[in-house]
Amino acid sequence: MDTTPNTPRATKADDTGQTRRGMLKCLAWAGTGVLWTVAGGVPKGVELGFGPTAAYAEPAGFSFVQISDTHMGFKAEANPDPNATLQLALDRIAALPAKPAMMIHTGDVTHLSKPTEFDTADQLIKGARLDTHFIPGEHDVIGDDGKQFFARFGGTGANSGGWYSFDQGGVHFVALVNVMGFKPGTGGTIGQDQLEWLAADLKDRSASTPIVVLAHVPLWPIYPQWGWSTGDGDQAMAYLKRFGSVTILNGHIHQVVQKVEGNVSFRTALSTAFPQPEAGTAPNPGPMKVSAEKLKTLLGLRQVDYVPAGGVAARDMTLA
Amino acid sequence: MMRRSMLRSLALLASGMLLFFAGLAVTTLPNFAAVPAVVTIGNFAFSPPNLTVPPGTTVTWTNTDEEPHTVVSAGPGKVFKSGGLDTDEKFSVAFDQPGTYTYFCSVHPQMTGTITVK
Repeated sequence: MDTTPNTPRATKADDTGQTRRGMLKCLAWAGTGVLWTVAGGVPKGVELGFGPTAAYAEPAGFSFVQISDTHMGFKAEANPDPNATLQLALDRIAALPAKPAMMIHTGDVTHLSKPTEFDTADQLIKGARLDTHFIPGEHDVIGDDGKQFFARFGGTGANSGGWYSFDQGGVHFVALVNVMGFKPGTGGTIGQDQLEWLAADLKDRSASTPIVVLAHVPLWPIYPQWGWSTGDGDQAMAYLKRFGSVTILNGHIHQVVQKVEGNVSFRTALSTAFPQPEAGTAPNPGPMKVSAEKLKTLLGLRQVDYVPAGGVAARDMTLA
Repeated sequence: MMRRSMLRSLALLASGMLLFFAGLAVTTLPNFAAVPAVVTIGNFAFSPPNLTVPPGTTVTWTNTDEEPHTVVSAGPGKVFKSGGLDTDEKFSVAFDQPGTYTYFCSVHPQMTGTITVK
């Protein structure tokens, strides 16, 4: 290769306006022969063949798992043993071919916010030996404004309201609390303080940073009549709009409902405790009784894989 | 003579009837003390959603759902707050002062109710 800096070849621009000299400058800085493009806010690396080079390795992605609505303490007909079904879910996680980098629990860890229920949940979930991040459901903050929940499962560096964020594997995770300060006649509520925190938390981040948002109650209106919506959810979505890849992971409704809107994908999760009816198909959203054989087919967990070149991919797994 | 006795009979009859109907009226007046002041929590709703009681009544809520619910005051004035009510658990509040008290379930805030004391 002719690498003399000032030859005509070195300074002739190619189709993209890149000159050879410019390219070599970039290469000297990067140390590898990789052309980066950004598609949909997700960086994509394409290896260039420049003679004998070491094989270019894609930045490694990572995977995590989501469990939700474990309802420790529930013992009615819909599932007399939610401890056993939670353990089944954790066994499925342990059996995954590659160990997940971490686990998230999108709330309703307990059924009645009782100390024994928190104990059981803690014990079972610790048995999975995975770094676990929790957010509360409305069943976790009954009678004590979440005091027990946050003492046991509070996020590192959490705001006094319990919300927090963290980064892992190039992904920015935002853990919201939308089950406190309920007003009569409403569903989930984020509240002004938390919205202001969210705006500040996202403000200086590049739009190409993949964002994953955790919130117990669905952030979008699935069925407000049953409290399956967040009143001020659209304000949060306005702050997230500019990002190239946003994944919302919710719980609360004990079934998977999904929606994709531009760069945002919304997904609710299965419970490990009991199923609930589909929106409007029953007089109320209470626990849905099914046969013992059918129960495990309606409970489960989710595996989420993040690959820098491919974005976020979710895979729901039922217990049977 | 006849007329006087007739008048007397009539008067007796009239007063008798008056007493009879007065007695009827008294016995058919709703006896608040005997009617239980109960709100049933079922099917994710408070029944009746609006209950009126006289001052000094204790209202008792019973949860018949398989989901836990709570009873939490929403309006100004009297503050009351149950813990989590599991299936068949009860919660009682004595209402002494007249007024309208709005409450809701803090776990399922779309469930609301009122107690009117007058």
